[in-house]
Amino acid sequence: MSFANSTESNSTTLFTSASLILLFLTFLVAYLVWALSNMARNGVFSRRRRPERMEEAGDLSATSLGSHEVHVLAVDDSLVDRKVIEKLLKTTSCKVTAVDSGRRALQFLGLDEEKSSVGFDGLKVDLIITDYCMPGMTGYELLKKIKGSSTFREIPVVIMSSENVLARIDRCLEEGAEDFIVKPVKLADVKRLKDYMFGEDGILKQKGGFGKRKLQETCVDDPLSSSPSPSPLSDLSSTPSPTQTSTSSPSSPVSSLLLPSADSSPTCSPVRLDSPTRRLKMSNTDC
Amino acid sequence: MEVGQLQKSFVDYTASLFREGFLDGQFSQLQQLQDESNPDFVVEVVSLFFEDSDKLLNDLTRALDQQNIDFKKVDAHVHQLKGSSSSIGAQRVKNACVAFRNFCEEQNVEACLRCLHQVKQEYLLVKSKLETLFTLEQQIITAGGAIPMME
Repeated sequence: MSFANSTESNSTTLFTSASLILLFLTFLVAYLVWALSNMARNGVFSRRRRPERMEEAGDLSATSLGSHEVHVLAVDDSLVDRKVIEKLLKTTSCKVTAVDSGRRALQFLGLDEEKSSVGFDGLKVDLIITDYCMPGMTGYELLKKIKGSSTFREIPVVIMSSENVLARIDRCLEEGAEDFIVKPVKLADVKRLKDYMFGEDGILKQKGGFGKRKLQETCVDDPLSSSPSPSPLSDLSSTPSPTQTSTSSPSSPVSSLLLPSADSSPTCSPVRLDSPTRRLKMSNTDC
Repeated sequence: MEVGQLQKSFVDYTASLFREGFLDGQFSQLQQLQDESNPDFVVEVVSLFFEDSDKLLNDLTRALDQQNIDFKKVDAHVHQLKGSSSSIGAQRVKNACVAFRNFCEEQNVEACLRCLHQVKQEYLLVKSKLETLFTLEQQIITAGGAIPMME
């Protein structure tokens, strides 16, 4: 082969190789851009999903899009309590909407008869946590409205109350509440709640009816367990039976308790073994 | 005063507030929730508590000053005050509210008035102590120190 021929074929080879490399690089860049944008959409880089992204995705539950930030609607008439619960929830990486009444909660959900506005940014609510004692609509009434709605009854509802009344707890659980937390609410309560209700991906572990599930070991004699902080014993009305408190340590699940009533006939309630429900002695006080 | 001394004062003062029952574990919870993203969280919540309580105590004074006392209303106010004091860990205020509610139930006017006085005292005490605590914190920060984490 002559030198000229060899040079020419060398140039052609070089040119072809360069073109192929360039083509390959172009495809590689295009693939990387596509892969990166998918990862960003799936929330790998940022825990916060922007609403417009969710709307674009078209699937507000984001089940198919990977990690999802749990959106909690917190309802409490007390400003102090709203601020605290909001911080507790945000610390456990939840998105929070806090409202001051059952009415506003229903308005946010779009369930209020008078105002049919949807939640302000259209975000799906994953959990509702509400105070029991509120003026106007109580947490119990709010619970009933939510469980009575075909659209929203699947949303788990947790009740908070400073009054630890067995009858109240039972009533709420029977109406479909997933759990009942005694105030003041602690970080351990919220963490445990989130852990047993939602997976790492922020998706509800089980569809509704936690509270109604019958457990094998629901009826347990109440063991005395030590409380990390002084219990509000003075809260209770005076009766002869000893007050028994169970509080949960952050690392271990709380056993559901049965408290002997005054006539010492134990009653069972379907409470999850790992729920943060804390029980005190029965009393008849209401809000 | 140098930072170390200020920090020691802070630790000692905080410990005394817990020891004397002014504050309970819930206050520690609030302190634990405070972080860089919300460095004034405790002050903010406590300020809300002060505002809320001032209003409630005024409402209570007015309600108990009526010819025909509406005990349900009085009880509702005390319930609110009990809730918010419990939420920030103001233990003595909370306990005073518990006693107050019992007398509301009995509709005992004299006892309710005594309880209101007691609640006001406890509230003013804890308010003054918390303000002192926050001033100490501010002094530490101004002196370039960090707020010691309480166990």
